[in-house]
Formats: sequence, structure tokens, C-alpha cells
Amino acid sequence: MPPTPPTSEASHTATSVRAGLLPLVVQFRSVLALAVLVVLLSLTTDSFWSEKNLQNVLRQISVNLCLSVGMTLVVLTGGIDLSVGSTLALAGAVAAGLAKSGLRIEQWNTLVEFTPAGAMLAGVATGLLVGLVNGTAVTVFRLPPFVATLGMLSIARGLTMLWTGGNPIHDLGPAFSFLGNGRLDAVPFLGWVPMLIVVAGALAAVVAIVAGHTRFGRGLYAVGGNERAAAVSGLPVAAIKRGAYLWCGALAGVAGVLLASRLNAATPDAGVGYELDAIAAVVIGGASLGGGRGSIAGTVLGCLLIGVLNIGLVLLDVSPYWQQVIKGLVILAAVAIDRATAGRPASPGSSS
Amino acid sequence: MTSAACNPPPLLEARGIRKAFPGVQALAGAGITVRSGRLNALLGENGAGKSTLMNILAGVLSPDAGTIAIDGRPVAFHSPREAQAEGVSIIFQELNLVGGLSVAENIFLGRQPQTPWGLVDRRRMLHDARELLATLDLDIDPATPVERLKVGTRQMVEIAKALSFDSRLLILDEPTSALTGHEVETLFAAIRRLKSRGVGMIYITHRLDELSAIADDVTIFRDGVLVHEAEFRSHDRGDYVRRMVGRDLADLYPRSPSSPGRPLLELDRLTVTRPGGSQPLVADVALTVHAGEVVGLFGLMGAGRTELLEAVYGLHPEATTGRIRVGEAAAVIRSPRDALAAGIVLAPEDRKADGLVLGMSLAENISMASLERTTRHGLVSRRLEKARAAEAVSRLAIKTSSTSQAVGTLSGGNQQKVVLAKGLACHPRVLLLDEPTRGIDIGAKREIYAVIDELARGGMAILVASSELPEIIGISDRIVVLAEGRVTAVFWRSEATEQAILHAAIPPQRGAVA
Repeated sequence: MPPTPPTSEASHTATSVRAGLLPLVVQFRSVLALAVLVVLLSLTTDSFWSEKNLQNVLRQISVNLCLSVGMTLVVLTGGIDLSVGSTLALAGAVAAGLAKSGLRIEQWNTLVEFTPAGAMLAGVATGLLVGLVNGTAVTVFRLPPFVATLGMLSIARGLTMLWTGGNPIHDLGPAFSFLGNGRLDAVPFLGWVPMLIVVAGALAAVVAIVAGHTRFGRGLYAVGGNERAAAVSGLPVAAIKRGAYLWCGALAGVAGVLLASRLNAATPDAGVGYELDAIAAVVIGGASLGGGRGSIAGTVLGCLLIGVLNIGLVLLDVSPYWQQVIKGLVILAAVAIDRATAGRPASPGSSS
Repeated sequence: MTSAACNPPPLLEARGIRKAFPGVQALAGAGITVRSGRLNALLGENGAGKSTLMNILAGVLSPDAGTIAIDGRPVAFHSPREAQAEGVSIIFQELNLVGGLSVAENIFLGRQPQTPWGLVDRRRMLHDARELLATLDLDIDPATPVERLKVGTRQMVEIAKALSFDSRLLILDEPTSALTGHEVETLFAAIRRLKSRGVGMIYITHRLDELSAIADDVTIFRDGVLVHEAEFRSHDRGDYVRRMVGRDLADLYPRSPSSPGRPLLELDRLTVTRPGGSQPLVADVALTVHAGEVVGLFGLMGAGRTELLEAVYGLHPEATTGRIRVGEAAAVIRSPRDALAAGIVLAPEDRKADGLVLGMSLAENISMASLERTTRHGLVSRRLEKARAAEAVSRLAIKTSSTSQAVGTLSGGNQQKVVLAKGLACHPRVLLLDEPTRGIDIGAKREIYAVIDELARGGMAILVASSELPEIIGISDRIVVLAEGRVTAVFWRSEATEQAILHAAIPPQRGAVA
């Protein structure tokens, strides 16, 4: 048995995604792309570094950050959640409706009033509930995640229409809209930073710890990497998968509440197509849709890249039609580069 | 090779073939010569590089170095299609047929005869398939979906498919491992027929005894190197085994004398029913493994070895009945979690599919089943995890550059050690090993045997399933033989012989059902 030194390059790419400093190396491409984009925008526009613009970028990113961070957990297990856009709308509508007019229970002829905070929590709980249904559909009824969440995409949207009667819910009050429009006024030097990004960023940090440093998080990678091996190792595979959909649903709920707060309104058609931006951020961040590979840090970068690109194209006055084309090309390029450089050691029959 | 060597160039000649995979040099100077109308038996231990060479000859892999010539003309295959165009076909251990399609569709997959309108000419396809099957003396309706055929018949369909390419060289990779006695006879008849038509063959097998019926030449690999080629002579079998192993057998199996303690694992009337009903996979098995004892579980394919181990480990809760006792207490095991809690660990047969997450690191794989032991304040401690992994690496002599290396890049033997390390990290009392040395090189094998011996000396109860007779005789204190799910014999180490064990393993009167 001639001891051939194992090729270290191949070994890094596969595990690296979460260990120590290595994620930075793996994600370097995204960082580089982001840096290039920022430099380009600084040179070509005079408004990029303006306080107003930075606030705009960060506010826009916040909603997708919540969605894509949750999506990452599901994608790590090898699943996907197509329902996050609809869940966002439903959670936002529930929170807005409860904050505005409370919950009327006809049979008992009572009206349950909600404080703004209570209404927001109810919105998040709505997202959690949607996640529970998705997780149950995938683990108990064994529906393919694509199908289960495609169904939920339609169900949650329909429920939103039923709840709102198809009309937007306006004027939710200053307390409700504080999160979405407030700033870190009390903090020196950071007074301009929107509350929205603080909330989303804090949640992303929590999820990063959950994914990278807990048994549940480790389970996500194991289940996505090799579900059978995870089961044989005694991991609670169904509970881990359900947990991923729960987190994803709850975070979509948070996103819905944040968006409603920012707009001071909930519209029944909010979040249409947002699932695609979330998936794009996850994929650009280096995750594999096959499961087992990816990181929250990567997703955050992917999210930033998409956000800056969006704003940048607007600042550069690129036509909205071309904006879509360019965004699509960026996604394809990111994944193509990822495939070409970070290809795992080819494992025959790894598709199962 | 004497007289034949000066005549026309051989059908196929491969020389000096080298091939490295990450972490292992699979071939380091391998080669083979095949003449038309002759069958060359390729022998070697698991991990000797037989399958790698076959994959190179079939165009699945490219060699790092070496030459391949067909009819004396150098060739280089870049895909199976190119190999097929030269008349080289391989029949893999895992059959590559599409279950839902008919026999005829499978034979002509992608090359179905067409009508002038561009539609599949079904009638001609069935006719051609029938003719092809007839040349193999096979009586099956070519319109039958393949999934309704038995494994042996499917194998014959694969051969028919290979022949439909006008193959001049057929590579058979352990074709009889899944066949019953009657099916083996049918296969051998087909092989003789093909030889008489001038087809050359490479035949890989572990069953030396079946070769005298079909082999003309023999080629032996050891550790990726061609060590012997000659005409096949059945009375040289002992010599072949020595050349394959390359060292004394006693040296390979370091089993120290044991003094079994109290019973740690007791199975009583353990039964695993088959999904379709009919005959159970495991039937009424009673078995005891004592502390410090290694019990070998032998059986032919389909005897229920794997199912028995999996049932004890809680992988078939719906299908399993019977009692399991671990130590003093009766254990209710309905999932791997229950098994782990009871102190039972399984190192599964298919390490890539069931044992490891190939993209994750060595340390992460090792701690996977026992994460609660590396968790501090609810968070997984990477420091602790790495320290534990480093301990396992030195204890099991795992060859790796670091504990953060992805296990997918390790060699088979080292991957198997990682599976073992993962199990041992749970501190089991009972260790279930399913084919612990399948497909790994001989050096790693010996190290794994040494670990098994050491664990038994430490008081663990070990149940090892294996289909390799020398191995099971070499490492077990007792050998339990299964046939069709039932225990048919139990041997003490001192009284076990290959013949006696095999005899007990062959199910009574099979083959009547075609």
C-alpha cells in the first residue's frame, strides 16, 4: 500500500465551508465580486456612499436576508422551500390585521385586541405554523420538498387573500412601523443604521451559530450530505428536517412583519417571487441544492451581492428589463464558477 | 506463456498500467493478456486493483500510465462507447438495466431498430432479441419487463446486451456472486458457447473452485501489481492463494486466545419478515455473543446476514419480531437511537451509502453518532471534537493529513476505520460489523483485524458478518452459519473448515425454481 499524500486541495473545498477561517477563502470569490461592484459604483455614481443610499441598500437587503438565511437551513438538508414569499405575505397580513383591528371571534361575540408587539409576534407565529405544515408534509407524508412547498406557496397566498379580502391594510401606527423605519439614533456614529438591518443581522448571526455550532446544525449537514448514513448514526432525521422548515417558516414570518413595518402596510401581493431571490442568495453563497454544503456566512454575502447589484443597476440607470437579465447571468456565473473550482471529490452514485 | 506468445497478436494486451486515486495508488504496474476464444481468470484480494483495471479497459476510467493494445494496435478509450466500438464490453457487479423496460428494450437501449418513419420497429426488436437470447440458450420472452426477472436471468440479459454490440472481449466482474447453482450452470454453458465462437473473456471471481469448469488462463494481481500470469491449472489453487495474499495467513489474522465472559448480546427467535410476505429474511435466530468474544456470521448472498445485523440495530422495526437482551436487561430496539442507547453499534456494509458523509471532515464524521459527548453548553466544541478525532486517528492508524480532511478523499481502508471510529466513539458494549474489510487493501485489513482483536480483549462482544471464508475463520472464536435466514450450523474456531462452512451455507435444494 503505497502511501500517496492525499490531495489537500480537494479535501479543503468539501469541508471548509464552515471550519474556522476557511469559509472566507471559499467565499473569497463573492467578497471579491462584491468589492469590485462597490468600487465600480463608487467611481461611476456620486450617490452610492450617500447616507440615504446606504440606508436604502441595507433596508432592501434585510427582508431577503431573513428569507435566505432560513432557506439556507432547508437547502442544507437537501430540500427547498418555495413558499417563503407567500408565507411572508401571510405573516405580514396577519400582523397588520391584528395590530389594526384585533381578532373578532363571532361565536363569543368578543374582540381580542393586540398590542403592536403582540401582533408582530402573532405574525412570526404564523410563519412558524406554515413551517410546521411544510415540515410535516415533507417528513410525515414524505412529499418531495419541491411539491410540498409549491402547494404551500399557493395555499398561503390564498389564505392571505382571504384574510385581507384582497385589499391592503394601511396605517398601522408609529409603534408598528418603528422597526421598519427607525434608526440606531442612540448609538454614536451608527445613528444612521436602520433598525431593520440590525434585526435581520442579529437573526442571521443567531442562525449562523445554530447551523455551525449546535447538534441540530451539524445534523442539517449530515442529513443533506448522506441521509442514510445520518439515520444509521442514530440522528433524528425527521426532526432535523422538520426543524429546518420550522426555522425557515419563522424567519419568513419575521421577514413579513419587517416588510409590513417598513411599508406601514400589508399588501396581499407582497413577496411574490421573493423565494427566487432567496434561493439565488443561497446558491451564490456557495450552497449546493443537493444538500450538505453551504454556510450562513456565504448566504449573507450572496444576499449583499444581490442587494448591491439591484441598487447599483438602478443607480446606473440600467433598464429594468436588462436588470433582470444581468441578475440571471450573475446567478449562473456564480454557480458555474462554484462547480468548476469547488467540485467535491466525485463520489459515484452520490445523487441518492 | 509459451507457444501461444509467438502467434498472432493477442486480442487484448494491457501492460504497465498505473492509476492513482486521492489517497491510494490503485494500480502500480498492472496488466493482462487475453486471447480470443479463451477465458482469463483475474484473481486478487479485495483492493488488489482488479475492478480498477476493468474500468480502464471498459473506458470508464483513464489510466495514468501504461499501454493497451487490441490486435496489437495501441488504443486509448475515453468513454465506454469507444470501448464498445472496439468490441470490449463489461458486465458490472451492479447490473445496469432499466427495471421498467422490457428485455428487448434493455438489450437495444438507445439503438432500437427503427421503421422508415422513425418509430421504433417493435417487431424487429423483439425478433432480434429473441435470436440473441436463443444463442445463449435462454428461454425468456423478450417483452417481459426486466424487473420481473430473477437476478440470475437479469445477468444473462446483460450478457445478451453485451453480445448485441458484437463484443469480442467480454469482462465479467464476479458474475456468480448472486446466482444459485442452477443459474451458475446456465451461465457457464453460455460462457463455453461464447468461447467456441472466439469471444475472449476476463473473469473476475473470488470463488477459485468454480474456475476449473471454465478458465484457460490465470492472471493474479496483488496491491495493484501484476504478480503472476500462466495457463490455469486447477491443482495449482493453493499456489494461487499464496500469490494473491503474498504472505502467511496466520500472520494476517492476529486473533489471540480468548476467554469469553458473561453474555452481552442474546437474540431469541429473532425474525425479520420480507416486505412481500412469503419466506422471512431472518427466521427464528437464536444467538449469544459473550463479552470478549468474536462471533462470525457467515452466509451466501441472500442468507440474511445483513438483515440480521440491521434488525438488531433497529433498522427494521416494523419487520422484526423476537427478543433481544443486552447485558442483563431485555432491550426494546426500534431505532438506531434505541440501539445506541443500549450500547449497540453497527458498522454497516456499504460504508459510502450508510456509514459516512463523504463531504464532511474526518472529525465531524467520527463525532456524528456521539455528538452529546462533544457538546458543551449546547454548542459543539470543535476543539474537543478534534482532540477526540486525533485520538482515534492514532489508535486506529488512520492515514490522513489532518482531522479536517474530507472523508471522501480517504482510501477505502481508512474510510472503514473512520466508520469504526465513529462507532467506538459511542463506547459500545456490543459491536456489529458488516463486511468490515470489503474492498480494502490487505494492509488495512490486517490493521482492522488487529483492532477487532484488541477490542475483544477489552471485553467487547463482537458480531462480524462476512462472506469471505478465510477471514471469518481467521478472526472468529465461533462461526454461525446462516442459510435462507436460518442458523444451519455453529462451529468452534478449532473445528471450522472452509468446506464444512460452505456446505452448511448452501441452502437445500435450490434451483428448482427458475
